[in-house]
Amino acid sequence: MVSLVELAWLRRAPEDFRDRCRALAERVKTSDAAYDVALFDLSNHALDINQLGRIGKVAEARRLQPHDTLFGRFRLGLLGSGTLTLIASAIPGSGLRHLTLIDVVEGEYGHSLEQALDPQSRLRSASLDSVLLAFDYRDLHLDVAAANAHEAKAKVEKAYAYLQAIGESLRPGVSGPLLLQTVAPPVEPHYGGLDAAEAGSPYAMVQALNAKIVRWTAESDSVLVDVARLASVVGLNDWHDPRHWHSAKLPMAPQFVPLYADLIARTVAALRGRMRKCLVLDLDNTLWGGVIGDDGLEGIVLGQGSAEGEAYLSVQRAALEYRSRGVVLAVSSKNDEAVAQKPFREHPDMLLKEDHITVFQANWQDKASNIRLIAERLNIGIDSLVFLDDNSFERELVRRELPLVAVPELPDDPALYARTLAWAGYFDAVAISEEDRKRADFYQANAARSATLTASTDLQGYLRSLEMVCAIRPFDAVGRARITQLINKSNQFNLTTRRYTESEVAAMESAPDKFTMQVRLADKFGDNGMISVIVFDKAGEVWTNDVWLMSCRVLGRRVEEAALAHICAAARAQGARKLVGVYLPTAKNRMVADLYGRLGFAKIESRPDGGTLWELDVDAYHTPDFPMTIDAGAAG
Amino acid sequence: MAVKITQLAEIVGEVFDDETVELTEATTAKDVEGWDSLSHIRFIVTVEQRFKIKFTSREVENLRNLGDLLKAINAKLPS
Repeated sequence: MVSLVELAWLRRAPEDFRDRCRALAERVKTSDAAYDVALFDLSNHALDINQLGRIGKVAEARRLQPHDTLFGRFRLGLLGSGTLTLIASAIPGSGLRHLTLIDVVEGEYGHSLEQALDPQSRLRSASLDSVLLAFDYRDLHLDVAAANAHEAKAKVEKAYAYLQAIGESLRPGVSGPLLLQTVAPPVEPHYGGLDAAEAGSPYAMVQALNAKIVRWTAESDSVLVDVARLASVVGLNDWHDPRHWHSAKLPMAPQFVPLYADLIARTVAALRGRMRKCLVLDLDNTLWGGVIGDDGLEGIVLGQGSAEGEAYLSVQRAALEYRSRGVVLAVSSKNDEAVAQKPFREHPDMLLKEDHITVFQANWQDKASNIRLIAERLNIGIDSLVFLDDNSFERELVRRELPLVAVPELPDDPALYARTLAWAGYFDAVAISEEDRKRADFYQANAARSATLTASTDLQGYLRSLEMVCAIRPFDAVGRARITQLINKSNQFNLTTRRYTESEVAAMESAPDKFTMQVRLADKFGDNGMISVIVFDKAGEVWTNDVWLMSCRVLGRRVEEAALAHICAAARAQGARKLVGVYLPTAKNRMVADLYGRLGFAKIESRPDGGTLWELDVDAYHTPDFPMTIDAGAAG
Repeated sequence: MAVKITQLAEIVGEVFDDETVELTEATTAKDVEGWDSLSHIRFIVTVEQRFKIKFTSREVENLRNLGDLLKAINAKLPS
C-alpha cells in the first residue's frame, strides 16, 4: 500500500541533503531566481522531521531577504493543545514545497483563551495572515466520558464555545480566514463496540464536536483542516502515541509531523491561490496497460474484466473528476499522433475522450519540451502543472529540466496511482467555486478560438466575429470569492501585484474612496467568467490605480481598452480630471510594463527599481470603437 | 552485532546542528549545541526508527548519557 506517512508521492531525500542545505544556507544573501528554484527542488523530497527542521532554517534565512521571485509569503499563527514546537519547526520547510515562505508565530504553551483575548499577546500583535487552531480532545476535556446524553451535549457545547471564543477573538486581528482543525478521535474504546451509539463516550463527543467545527467552516469564511480524516486514514492507533503525550504533550506521534506539516503548508498555499491547475498525462502504461504503438487497439489493457484494466479505468476516472473540479487535462506522449489518438476515438472502454483533453501533445520530442509547450498554449506557469507518468526516466528528465513541475512518484501497481495522486493534494482548494467547475470548459473553448484565429488573418474581423459581451460591475458579495482568487494568483497581467484577502476585498465594496470593477467576458464559444479586476483610489480630482489585473486567457481581445473607457466615463461623471497609473515590476509581470503607454498614458516618473508612474488626462480621452458589446449594468 | 558509538554519532549529526563535538559514552545533552528538550524527542524518535525499536517511558526517563542510550539500544536488539 502507499505509505502516506512517508509522503509516498515525493522522491526519497538525496544522500547529500545536508551538504546541499549547507550550501544553500551559505548563499542565501545572494539568492536569486535560480537559488529559489534550487531551494524549492531540495524541499520537494520526502523529508523527515530532522531534515525539515534543517531546511526550515534555510527557509527562515531566505524569508529575511526582502526580494521575491518564486515564493509567496504568509504569516501563520499557531495556537492549540500541548507542545506545538515540533510542528512549528516543520512547517517552514514544508512551505517551500508549496512555494510559500511561511513565518510561523507560535502561541505560548497552555492558556490559549487568555492569549486570544489579550490584545498584547504575541499572537494578537503579530499582524498574522491566519491562525491555525490545533486542539486535542484531552485538552478539551473530552477524554472523560459523560454520564448521559444530556451531560455529553453540555460537554461538547462547552468545548465548542471555547474554540469559538478563541476563534472570534483572533479573527479581527488576522487578514485572512482562520484555519480550523478537526479533532483526531481517541483510540481507546469506552463502551467497546457501542461507542458510536453512546453519546457520552469520548469518541462520540469528539465526533459531535467535529460536526460542529465542520458546520462552523461552512457558515463562515474559515477554512477546514481535516486532521481527524488524515489521522484516521493513516491510523489513529499510531497517530496517538501515549508515551509522547505523557512525556512531552505531543499531539501526534512525531513520525506523522512531516505529513501533517505538508497538509498545513498545502492549505496555506491554496489560500494564496497557489494550487496546481493542469494535469499532464502520459498514455502508455499510465492511462492504459501496454503500448498502443506496439500492441494496437485490441492489445492494450483497459476496462472491466481484468483487475489491471479496471486499475487503469480508475486513473481515467480520477482525471475526469479533477476536470470536473476545474483542473485542465493535457496529454504528453511519445507516439505518433494518429496512433495515440486512436484509443480516444475507437476504444469502447475509454472514459477519457478527445474533448476532455485541452492540449494533446503526441510526438517524438522530449517530454520537457512538450510540457513547456503545453504551459505556453494554456498561458499558465510551469508551476501550475502536474505530470503523471509511470516511467521513472521521463519523470526524472522532466524534474531536471523543469523543477517547478510537480511530478509525483508512482508505485508499481496502477491500482494505486489515483490514490497517490489524490493524497499529494496538488489540486486542493480551500473552497470549490462555480467558476472552478467550469474552468476546464473555458480552456477548451479557448482552443477552439485559437483554431478560428489560425484560419483568419483579419484580427479585427476575427474579434468582431466572436460576438463578445463584456460585463462590468462594481465589486459585490457574489463576485467576492473569485475577485479574491484573481487578486491572489494573477502574476503576469498584473500592474501592481498587490494581494488582498477576502475581507479586505469585502471592505472595498462599500469604501467611498475606492472605485472597483469586476469584468466578465462572454463570446459565442462560451462564458469566460470573471477575467479582470480593477481598483482605483479616489482622491478628489485624481484617481490612482491600486489593482489592475487580467486573466491571460483573454489577451489580445481589447478588454483592457474597454475597461479604460469605463473608468474614464466614471471618473468624468464623478468630477475627476486625472488618472494615475502605477506599474510595480515583479519577476513575472514584464508583459504589462508598457501597458499604460499603449493605453495612451504619459510617463511621469521612472523609479530606480523599474517601477513607473503614468498619467492620463480624463478630459482629453476619446472612447475608441470596440469589437464587443459593453454591458455596464445599472450602477457605473 | 552491538551498536557502536560511531553509529550514534551519525544520528547526532543528523539531528543537531553541532557537527564538531567529540562523542563519548559520557557525552550528555549539555555537551552538544542545540540539544534541548524538543530536539531530544527528535533524537530518540530517530534512534527508534533507525534501529526499529521502541523505548518505554521509563527507559527514556532514565537516560543520562550516550552510554546509557547505547546500553538501552543493545538490550533491545537480538544479540
